Amino acid sequence: MTHLITEPHFGTPGIRHRQAYTPGDDFYELLIEGHRDLSDAQSELMNARLVLLLANHIGDLRVLREAIAAARAGVASTAEARHE
Amino acid sequence: MLKTYTWPRYAYRRAPEIGQAGVRRVPLVVVGAGPVGLSAAIDAALRGLPVVLLDEDDTVSVGSRGVCYAKRTLEIFDRLGVGQRVVDKGITWNVGRTFHGEREVFAFNLLPEAGHRRPGMVNLQQYHLEQFLVERTLELPAIDLRWKHKVARVTPGEAFATVEVETADGPYTLQCDWLIVADGAKSPIRRALGLDIEGKIFQDRFLIADVVLDGEPFPANRTERRFWFDPPFHPGQSALMHREADNVWRIDFQLGWDADPEAEKQPARVAPRIRQLLDSQGFAHIGFELEWVSVYTFQCRRMAKFRHGRLLFVGDAAHQVSPFGARGANSGVQDTDNLLWKLQLVIAGRAPASLLDSYDAERTFAADENLLNSTRATDFMTPKSRAAKRLRDAVLSLAEEWPMGRALVNSGRLSVPALLTTSPLNTPDGDAFDGWMVPGAPLDDAPVRAAGKPGWLLPHTSAGFVLMLFGVPDVAQREALEALSRGPIPVRLLVVMPTGEPGPADLTWLEDAEGLVASRFDARSGTAYLIRPDQHVAARWRRCDAAAVHAALARATGQESQA
Repeated sequence: MTHLITEPHFGTPGIRHRQAYTPGDDFYELLIEGHRDLSDAQSELMNARLVLLLANHIGDLRVLREAIAAARAGVASTAEARHE
Repeated sequence: MLKTYTWPRYAYRRAPEIGQAGVRRVPLVVVGAGPVGLSAAIDAALRGLPVVLLDEDDTVSVGSRGVCYAKRTLEIFDRLGVGQRVVDKGITWNVGRTFHGEREVFAFNLLPEAGHRRPGMVNLQQYHLEQFLVERTLELPAIDLRWKHKVARVTPGEAFATVEVETADGPYTLQCDWLIVADGAKSPIRRALGLDIEGKIFQDRFLIADVVLDGEPFPANRTERRFWFDPPFHPGQSALMHREADNVWRIDFQLGWDADPEAEKQPARVAPRIRQLLDSQGFAHIGFELEWVSVYTFQCRRMAKFRHGRLLFVGDAAHQVSPFGARGANSGVQDTDNLLWKLQLVIAGRAPASLLDSYDAERTFAADENLLNSTRATDFMTPKSRAAKRLRDAVLSLAEEWPMGRALVNSGRLSVPALLTTSPLNTPDGDAFDGWMVPGAPLDDAPVRAAGKPGWLLPHTSAGFVLMLFGVPDVAQREALEALSRGPIPVRLLVVMPTGEPGPADLTWLEDAEGLVASRFDARSGTAYLIRPDQHVAARWRRCDAAAVHAALARATGQESQA
């Protein structure tokens, strides 16, 4: 990985946290809350929309290329492991 | 049923008030001799308050229940005089391993930051802790601990509260200026008074089993806490294995909402679950005996207010959290730490009763932080929808590969005390500081030398208000600061000197043995911290004068409106 950040990276500029996990937990709660009361199909669509919005925000194709490869690698290795 | 512990039976004694004409009036009654009520009574006695402690039973906790005591709580136990016993008897653990399915997701090492007396967490069965606390009360004549004295009725009043007590020898009544309610999650007093406690019940059940192992699963000093998401021995649910004292192990199985609690509690049902877990971990050679089994559900909720006139609710009676993250007993003990110094000032007539409203403000703030963290852990561990479960599993798969994934795995965050940054007792900073010793923060510990002997900072700040001053005061400053120790609410001057520099012979001073006091408090020569009796920062200055300390002291003791 030369462009994709894989270290914990959540935060709000100007706000510091006593516990390093707090901003990540803040994000995760936002994400789960964002899915609240959606059907499975709606949740899938929401996730896809979220990916596209964030991808556009990032913009840098070098980052996106690495992110797509990293995300797929974990899924493919799980799929392969199942076939073994 | 317990193989490793024999419950003490404490003697019932007849109340001297039975059959007496008139009603005795006492300053303070505490109801409930669990860890929180006992801590409250000990703290009261150490602050010079006589206290009557009532409990309907005559022994300690049945079953181990609470097991994890966090650093801040251990520091409070040090102040109360039981810290060393808890640490000596308890298990200090550092290595946590988390599994998903058959694979290890990641391991963490909680190796504590150097330069603190106490570790991040110690595991100890609740009955041991309660026994240590009970034995401590026996050393304190100000505590009148009454076993098998059951509170039948509490009547709040404007000037005092009335407590009606039932015993084998008949009933009696006490009037008290203040009543600390520490009667647990089901709080009969809270219920009888119809006081609200709001929040949510989680639709899940957990099997909790304490087992004695006849072998050693881990190498010496390498005790692990293991946590499993969806393990092969318990598919679709989570499980936990945690060490306690006396080679007792806490094993937890998530069961799901539909489980039948009575059936799941049967040893014939529990034993095979534990056998499978041990076998799957390579511990097939280790046998076990069941010590204690329970099936529990939990709630995350709190009372809207912890102070109701002369009644002060503490611990589980006031707030309940999920067990993930060890924020139950820990937060209850921290409630009493916050409350008792205030109560002492109010009872002594040195502070207005409204100071006790800051107990409510500060501890509801802390309770909300505990509720937030324990709710988040619970939501991660037991996802409420397919979408949430898919995201959770995605986090676990990323955690195998990337630090960003590991940071999001939440199987319970280590219990840490709240920074009371919004407290009305704080004096906002006028000068710039780095670090975390902000007004409202509990003090960080650090190694010091007192009279050449190595020790720790916290024990030097454990009685009354302290003004911690870095460096030697000049003559004028010194006279004014020393006068603070003769005020109605005394402030003791504590000088901290850089490593290797001697302090003034006629002042109390500490040597900053490793420079950690100065770095943790972002201090330079002239910096001063006003520290509350519960070891929280009230105010700080780059250069202080007595007038500023007076004003901050007034604010920290609820007297600002009169000032």
